[in-house]
Amino acid sequence: MSIQYIILAIFTQIRSIFLTMKHMFAKRETRLYPDHSVYLSPRYRGRIVLTKNPDGKERCVACNLCSVVCPVSCISLQKSQNKFGRWFPLFFRINFSRCIFCGLCEEACPTAAIQLIPDFELSDFNRKDLVYKKNDLSILGTGKYHNYNFYEKTGVYNQIDTSTKNSAHSIPVNIKDLLP
Amino acid sequence: MMHVNFIHVLSLFCKTFMIVFLIIFCSAFLSFVERRVLGLFQNRFGPNRVGWFGSLQLIADMIKMLFKEDWVPLFSRKFIFIIAPVIAFITSLLVIATIPFDKNFYIINLNIGILFFLIMSAVSVYSILFAGWSSNNKYALLGAVRAIAQTLSYEVFLGFSLMGVIARANSFNLICIVNSQKYIWNIIPQFFGFLTFIIAGLALCHRHPFDQPESEQELADGYHIEYSGMKFGMFFIGQYISLIVVSAIITVMFLGGWNGPFFSGYVWFFLKTVFFIMFFILLRASLPRPRYDKILYFGWIICLPITLLNLIFTAFFILLI
Repeated sequence: MSIQYIILAIFTQIRSIFLTMKHMFAKRETRLYPDHSVYLSPRYRGRIVLTKNPDGKERCVACNLCSVVCPVSCISLQKSQNKFGRWFPLFFRINFSRCIFCGLCEEACPTAAIQLIPDFELSDFNRKDLVYKKNDLSILGTGKYHNYNFYEKTGVYNQIDTSTKNSAHSIPVNIKDLLP
Repeated sequence: MMHVNFIHVLSLFCKTFMIVFLIIFCSAFLSFVERRVLGLFQNRFGPNRVGWFGSLQLIADMIKMLFKEDWVPLFSRKFIFIIAPVIAFITSLLVIATIPFDKNFYIINLNIGILFFLIMSAVSVYSILFAGWSSNNKYALLGAVRAIAQTLSYEVFLGFSLMGVIARANSFNLICIVNSQKYIWNIIPQFFGFLTFIIAGLALCHRHPFDQPESEQELADGYHIEYSGMKFGMFFIGQYISLIVVSAIITVMFLGGWNGPFFSGYVWFFLKTVFFIMFFILLRASLPRPRYDKILYFGWIICLPITLLNLIFTAFFILLI
């Protein structure tokens, strides 16, 4: 241990004390969350919702892909069929005490029905209150995709859907054409 | 037969009670102040939810501490276990009696004032030893062993660093020491004594960076791991009392006590003490905890020779003049 080393060590200590003191005049970094709300980007993966088509009918076709892809198996639903042959979920439950908000269900959903929105205020006092039923999950709006209507692209043909033009079904495929 | 003036005794009692109450209140409030000031140094808010800027945090902490289960472990030595926090609380509180806050504002004027401080700091080792041993817990015992090794090696030059001041003032009496600093504060002629006393004082009240006995990361809380409720609170407040005591002793010994222009004595004493308390909190915010053996090495190899040299040179100059 040379004299130079000792003097250098003392000065580094004094320097670190001085640097800490300078922080007295710096801005505080803490966000006072309940007083000031937090900005979350639209892509933030928070609470899960079930959205509706622009015409107000539910998007979910109970294909079970979200439930299959879910890594913690927190989604459970059962398929049912209405009289026109379209599928819809008889019940739809998400157990938010298990959900890890990975967003894979949103990726897997072919109809953009299930979506994760920037809302993280989900805390509850009872565990069983965190099991969200279809009523709790459904919202009236279209979520992030305002103009996307699943049944315009594909799906089971429905006689009463006269207003919406089902492109896939109204134009029949010409099987003799060579065009792609 | 001595003539005892009743009013005089009553006023003395009131003064003593007021000083002791103020010190205990201040040291309890210091736990809140320290958290706020640490937040200031670390760019965050401390407790700011209860009351105006969190000023009622002390009451919230007190309620929590009082309603916690005050459990005495079945495997402990009960009497020693219970007496340990009391010793920790009392030893540093007793030193308050000798500290002169102003020319005429003190509890007793002891001729051995500074010796009393050294005695009480030596006795405070017992509280840690008792707490660590009687808890019958290996973490607590390790914390106590560390604390005692540290306190013993730092107490040697805690005394030596004050010897220069005592030689200059030619007295152990704290009031005489303050009066000897009328023209120049001891911090200038006794600068190395001042530095080593700050280090030893920090080690004495187990503050960062000398918080070996309580190092939470290694020992889970050191010697008071088994304590809960008000018994823990007494250790906790005792630590803050000893912080105040060490700051006050530094003010008396090296910064001229109540001396200062413009304001009255109390104000100067208060300002100087608060300055040192804030400095200790700043040290806590900025310095990491050194390794255990390095602390002992630093104490014996660097600080002790410095204090001895300081004492020799002080004696030399006093004999010269």
